[in-house]
Amino acid sequence: MADLRCNFVGIKSPNPFWLASAPPTDKEYNVRRAFEAGWGGVVWKTLGEDPPIVNVNGPRYGAVHGPDRWLMGLNNIELISDRPLEVNLREIKAVKRDWPDRALVVSLMVPCEEQAWKRILPLVEETGADGIELNFGCPHGMSERGMGSAVGQVPEYVEMVARWCKQNTRMPVIVKLTPNITDIRHPARAAFRGGADAVSLINTINSITGVDLDSFAPEPTIDGKGTHGGYCGPAVKPIALNMVAEIARDEETRGKPISGIGGITTWRDAAEFMALGASSVQVCTAAMTYGFRIVEEMIAGLSDWMDEKGHATLDDIIGKAVPNVTDWQFLNLNHVTKAVIDQDLCIKCGRCYAACEDTSHQAIAMSEDRVFTVKDEECVACNLCVNVCPVEGCITMRTMVPGEVDPRTGAVVSGEYANWTTHPNNPGAGCGTG
Amino acid sequence: MNRWTPGIAPERLSADELAANFSDLHPPLDDHEAFVAAGRCYFCHDAPCTAACPTEIDIPMFIREIFSGRPEAAARTIFARNVMGGMCARVCPTETLCEEACVREMAEGKPVEIGRLQRYATDRLMGRNAHPFTRAAPTGHKVAVVGSGPAGLACAHRLAMAGHDVVIFEAREKPGGLNEYGIAAYKTTEGFAQAEVGWLIGIGGIEIRTGTALGRDVTLDDLLDMFDAVFLGMGLAGVNALGIPGEDLAGVEPAVDFIARIRQAKNLTEVPVGRNVVVVGGGMTAIDAAVQAKLLGAEHATIVYRRGPERMGASEYERELAAARGVSIVTNARPVRILGQDRLEEVVFEYTIETPQGRLEGTGETFHLPADQLFKAIGQKLEGVPGGIEIENGKIRVDAAGRTSRERVWAGGDCVAPGEDLTVTATAQGRDAAESIHSFLTGEG
Ligand SMILES: Cc1cc2nc3c(=O)[nH]c(=O)nc-3n(C[C@H](O)[C@H](O)[C@H](O)COP(=O)(O)OP(=O)(O)OC[C@H]3O[C@@H](n4cnc5c(N)ncnc54)[C@H](O)[C@@H]3O)c2cc1C
Ligand SMILES: Cc1cc2nc3c(=O)[nH]c(=O)nc-3n(C[C@H](O)[C@H](O)[C@H](O)COP(=O)(O)O)c2cc1C
Ligand code: SF4
Repeated sequence: MADLRCNFVGIKSPNPFWLASAPPTDKEYNVRRAFEAGWGGVVWKTLGEDPPIVNVNGPRYGAVHGPDRWLMGLNNIELISDRPLEVNLREIKAVKRDWPDRALVVSLMVPCEEQAWKRILPLVEETGADGIELNFGCPHGMSERGMGSAVGQVPEYVEMVARWCKQNTRMPVIVKLTPNITDIRHPARAAFRGGADAVSLINTINSITGVDLDSFAPEPTIDGKGTHGGYCGPAVKPIALNMVAEIARDEETRGKPISGIGGITTWRDAAEFMALGASSVQVCTAAMTYGFRIVEEMIAGLSDWMDEKGHATLDDIIGKAVPNVTDWQFLNLNHVTKAVIDQDLCIKCGRCYAACEDTSHQAIAMSEDRVFTVKDEECVACNLCVNVCPVEGCITMRTMVPGEVDPRTGAVVSGEYANWTTHPNNPGAGCGTG
Repeated sequence: MNRWTPGIAPERLSADELAANFSDLHPPLDDHEAFVAAGRCYFCHDAPCTAACPTEIDIPMFIREIFSGRPEAAARTIFARNVMGGMCARVCPTETLCEEACVREMAEGKPVEIGRLQRYATDRLMGRNAHPFTRAAPTGHKVAVVGSGPAGLACAHRLAMAGHDVVIFEAREKPGGLNEYGIAAYKTTEGFAQAEVGWLIGIGGIEIRTGTALGRDVTLDDLLDMFDAVFLGMGLAGVNALGIPGEDLAGVEPAVDFIARIRQAKNLTEVPVGRNVVVVGGGMTAIDAAVQAKLLGAEHATIVYRRGPERMGASEYERELAAARGVSIVTNARPVRILGQDRLEEVVFEYTIETPQGRLEGTGETFHLPADQLFKAIGQKLEGVPGGIEIENGKIRVDAAGRTSRERVWAGGDCVAPGEDLTVTATAQGRDAAESIHSFLTGEG
């Protein structure tokens, strides 16, 4: 059995699966049941100052469904905890006392003034919680009041608040980043500059999930009006993965602890985040869709995969894919591939043909009896046919071996690595910038 | 080919036709189909499918494991509750169990294909003969199990897993019980029953003594002397008789014998079948006998059941399956006489009505069906139960833990009163009795 124990900036949990700060962690009842179900840790639903904020009394969520009503994306306009601070703190203390082996991190969002943070930090410390997460992410409601993503979008503020917190508590400080920003590396660098122990990401993405075409109102609709909410769930995973990777491979923040969040639904998603540098992961939408029990499959799946591949501990997988994430300019331009269609698997739908003929490189031929073949002399190996083919494994990419002639360019395939920085078409290449 | 040969004859169909007829009823799902089928599961809370499964397999969890690309983990989830999960995936009437309960059956009449997904998962693990469990350290306790059907095997496996040594006493030549001799050939193809037994005893600590019958070769007292506990999983060895004139004519036989002959045939072309076949009964056995007679090339196969269709033991799905294979089903008629010189030639039936009190009455009107072969499928009965064991409604009386009226003797499967006579029920009862025996042996019970 692989060892799934997780040590994230000194916060220990029996496995790396934490529930993200959100409704699943909003109260004692939920968190106790989550721990019973096996979750390694939780980040408690974000606390603010009293009087508590209020939530809307109409729908809070909108959704994007795939075929068969698969919940692909969820959007919410919920704010932070709407329960009194004192109640939350009392519950946190009780839960932590009964579950000492689980990670219990408290998410916080108070106004951008040092006094406000100085007031709340000792109260949290007193609960025995393992750490704090600064919610600089909420894209709606709180940001209009100068909190949440309004802070997260200004690196200087991120740094400043992180520093206040480090100066005023002994607890580890995790900064939760908003993805609603052009370059995620800037707030991440700022967080670490301010002394933060780790970053977590992503929070939700600004979104409108749909428009009701009878009432012409955005969804979810409250009394005829709607507002942008935060998007999460499987649909956001690719965006989150990239942002995690960007921080993991940035000169300044490389190797710093990251808690990966965004669309994690199965063990595999979690393993991917970890491979890109996350050393713990957080889950919200999947738990909200399927309930707490999914963690069983996540734990068993991660453990089985690690056993199968001979990875003994989480350290063996964390960041393993980071060295393979590079900039476009360093990709090997001498790596030549061609699409190949397996005629035995082909069901003759013609989707590859339509895609290539209409929108790409006219590299697929169609015979009268619907046999589809790739024209190597036209194929640029874009992969579109592979992606649109409904049969898995029917169209694959064959790598040409050095010495073969690429019928499209007439050039002999070279075994040498060569990238854009040295390419003759690169105006800057000759000037020694390579 | 002798499709029109009168009487009972082999080779009514060619070897190729027979091979096609007896191929897998539900072909296995491939990876892509399984992924799509698994994606349909809603991961219901406190899932109704699990509650409907007599062994309470954690169905949503195993489906989620398939969905996340882990079929072998799914198999382990299945086997943890039901070690006969491979056979059950093939033979369970899922339309009256898990799939009937699936919320998508309710919603759209199309349940998640739980049975086929279960087969997909279990095939993966069993395909490489991987045994998913390890045995606990030996306890030194010894348990005798009588009968190697699903009840006996499930019981033996659970006990062996807990570290006890088990000897199975089996009267027949091959282990497996009705898995080997009873289940329709197209439900369990390619020697699966024997492969499953081999895989199951891979846990270690189980010895099977075939050709050894309780009552003939060994007595219950012997067993109680030699072993710490005894489990009876002897099924129903006898068959009910019609009790009408002509029953002893050649060509009249129990349906289970015909079915066993098909299962044991090396070559299906060698199994003789009538041109006109009549099956009396209304359960799964009747359906299986009639369908397989048709598949062997009988021109007519007719099931005659004495009450209305709604009272038949066979599910609607199975009746439709039979109809699709060309079996006719006549209801509300009972046999009154079997006619023939040296052998059966025709059967006389009388129409019946059921009174509001549920009593069956003949209407006096009769009809004749020509028949070369008549299969009795009106139920099996308990036989060979040792003395001192209390019987209730023709079956062994047990409590909720499977204890019989005799000290140190447990029982489960078709031979006991509770539960439907199904592979999965037998498995659940064998398993639960093993847990009870284990608590007894380790002093926790
Ligand atoms: C024709 C037919 C078709 C069926 N089809 C299905 C189906 O599709 N799906 C389904 O779920 N169920 C089906 N069933 C029911 C299912 O097969 C039984 O419920 C199940 O096999 C019962 O298991 P068991 O272990 O109690 O008994 P059995 O499977 O009957 O096993 C009992 C074993 O005990 C042995 N035995 C008996 N007496 C002695 C003795 N004195 N000493 C030693 N050994 C002894 C027997 O030889 C046998 O091997 C079918 C039954 C029949 C008859
Ligand atoms: C209804 C809802 C409320 C949320 N509330 C908070 C919050 O109070 N604090 C916070 O840091 N993140 C909050 N989040 C964001 C989640 O913690 C998480 O970052 C995001 O949903 C992405 O993860 P997922 O794709 O697994 O859902 C909320 C998300 C949802 C769906
Ligand atoms: S009832 Fe159907 S949808 Fe619900 S968990 Fe079971 S198989 Fe899945």
